[in-house]
Amino acid sequence: MFRLNRAMYLVTAVAIMTIGLMALGGCPQQEETADPAPAAVEPVTDGEPIKIGALFAVTGPGSSLGEPERDTAVMLEKYINENGGLDGREVQVIVRDTKGLETDALTAARELVEKENVLAIIGPSRSGTTLAVVDYVEQAEVALISCAAARAITDPVKKWVFQVAPGDADAVQRIYTYMGEEGISRVALLTESSGYGIEGLKQLQEQASAHSIEIVATEEYADTDTDMTTQLTRIAGTDAQAVVCWGIGKAPALVARGMGTLNMQIPLFQSSGVANARFIEAAGEHADGVIMPAAKLIVLDQLPEDEPQLAELQRYHEMFVAEYEREPDHYGGHAWDALHIVVNAIERAGVDADRTAIRDAIEGTEGFVGMGGIFTYGADNHYGLSPDSFAMVTIENGEWKLIE
Amino acid sequence: MAAVEERQAPREPANEAEAMAHRRRMQKVQLGVFLIIVAVLPLVLQAMRPNDYRYYLHILVFIGLNLILATGLNLLMGYAGQVSLGHAAFYGLGAYTSGILTARYGWNPWAAMLAALVLTCFVAWLVGKPALRLKGHYLAMATLGVGIIVAVVIRQWTSLTGGSAGLLQIPSMTLFGFEFKSNMDTHYYYFVWAFVMLLTIIFANLVQSRPGRALRALHDSELAAQTLGVDTAGFKVRAFVVSAAYASIAGTLYAHSSMRFLSPTPFDFHTSIALLVMVVLGGQGTLWGPVVGAVTITFINETLRPYTNYDIVVYGLLLMILMIVMPGGLARGLAALWNWLLDRFSRSSQGEQQ
Repeated sequence: MFRLNRAMYLVTAVAIMTIGLMALGGCPQQEETADPAPAAVEPVTDGEPIKIGALFAVTGPGSSLGEPERDTAVMLEKYINENGGLDGREVQVIVRDTKGLETDALTAARELVEKENVLAIIGPSRSGTTLAVVDYVEQAEVALISCAAARAITDPVKKWVFQVAPGDADAVQRIYTYMGEEGISRVALLTESSGYGIEGLKQLQEQASAHSIEIVATEEYADTDTDMTTQLTRIAGTDAQAVVCWGIGKAPALVARGMGTLNMQIPLFQSSGVANARFIEAAGEHADGVIMPAAKLIVLDQLPEDEPQLAELQRYHEMFVAEYEREPDHYGGHAWDALHIVVNAIERAGVDADRTAIRDAIEGTEGFVGMGGIFTYGADNHYGLSPDSFAMVTIENGEWKLIE
Repeated sequence: MAAVEERQAPREPANEAEAMAHRRRMQKVQLGVFLIIVAVLPLVLQAMRPNDYRYYLHILVFIGLNLILATGLNLLMGYAGQVSLGHAAFYGLGAYTSGILTARYGWNPWAAMLAALVLTCFVAWLVGKPALRLKGHYLAMATLGVGIIVAVVIRQWTSLTGGSAGLLQIPSMTLFGFEFKSNMDTHYYYFVWAFVMLLTIIFANLVQSRPGRALRALHDSELAAQTLGVDTAGFKVRAFVVSAAYASIAGTLYAHSSMRFLSPTPFDFHTSIALLVMVVLGGQGTLWGPVVGAVTITFINETLRPYTNYDIVVYGLLLMILMIVMPGGLARGLAALWNWLLDRFSRSSQGEQQ
């Protein structure tokens, strides 16, 4: 046998005991509410806290979505409790990290429902993790408000599943309507071969004829590609009046750069997936003139006075900047919408309502003014938004500019 | 290296057979105890935690799947001495073959499981035949390549696999007309763990048999094994195929689990590494190593989940500490710790008597 000295055994014993203690201690209640601003949240009354579960991809590849969502939910939880909670009862948002992984999302969802006994769940952040828990929440009968955009989440309608993220179908419709107004009728498509890109391509092809749009070229790229010159050269050889690119991450910025280098004069349309500061950073000067549908939050200072969402958008912006000293984005906005819809539903159904009553109240949501748009759910509509939740924006000298 | 020392420890030849018989008896007892624990665990959980025992059963189902995967990989790493960095590929092949055949073509899940098994074994053989002629880093690179190819195929062949959007509506597993619905955790637990037990017993017998001994000889020195007339290349390929078969079965069980949804992420490089960690941490080349590894890793993951941002740091630290103090793996380390405690205890009690 191999030999180990006493000190080593001590270290091992300590390590094993640490794991054991963590297991026995269960989940540390303060840990999740106190992070990242460790302000002690005083329970509002002695009543049982109202527990709402949250599944966000706080770490892993989806962390750019999950982090602002987590931060927003934590901020709102604090705000609600500082303002008397819900009917005098403390609201507890229990956040669990899905890491963007399906198995983790499902296990965490079960933990929230079966161990923590939450009344409803907001999240997950991404489509894959959402679809992984849909079957479970349906049979466990807990309402879930997903922050992901895939149409498959609420189409067909599932009794317990709702959605707050504006979908690709609406984004495509917004682009095509705008093109119609600008007199563009022949377009070239350049889409990513990822789940997001494929979903977008499907919508772009399906809706084209309804808007009298002719697709003159269909090109693809992989999200890891570093050069799109080949595809763009082929497009330049057609009589397309505009290019529509559908993708997320770095590649769409490379498309913008490529078009600049090839000196292509036709306008470039992008999906709402790249409506963030990183796109401008990556595309540099070639970002100028790119047109895309985007969440209204991004052009908050340019919105007209009569914009119905204006006051709410400003409230979120102010609150978020005061709390975290950085700009909020539309992902955080999804968490804001989802949590508000749940909290409002509980308010309407009464603080002692059970999961079924809360689900029914969520379905009864009507005209809720949120970040993603104005939500009205119904028995046959768990998506709740309309295409005009998107603003059409462009980039001018590296700044966002509202078109309409 | 502890494994090598242990095996090479000089013993009286006359006692060798006896020691072997003793070890086999011990192993039977251990397997019996394991079986009893597996059988009564749901009842204990239900009694102790009536409200949320189903959540724990759900975790145990995933521990079971990881256990099958780790046991298969253990055969390859701990016995045949070959590293695989692409084991999730076979897991994915099993899961997607079952998922596609049942969800898209309406196959019976059992027929799909068999088809997945045959396909995975064939692919493993096809890959293993040339790749296992490579050694060390080169073999690791080859398996890494296989893992990446399968992951890309799953992601890109959207018309068949659903790509990143995933494969939905996979039917539940059935047994003699009984359907394992997604909300029947206790049933599915027993179903999965029946497979775990069966595959563990097969594994235990396999490594005690002649091929098992040949594999161990190969693990210690390929050259020496060759001089003894062991068909090293053949055994390596067979070990590779068997280990892929284990992964395929785990994949099928995953596809029909309570999720009933498949997407590419669980079958990428990340999982291959997690499996590697389970085997090494638990103790490669031991029967109980994968069990300890799979339980520990899954358990740590679940326990640390509430500590969102710090869990990865703690996870890494634990791995480092454990590998430094127990390089032979937890299974051996805990056994050594136990022996040391027994030794201390008997010595101190002797001291009192004197």
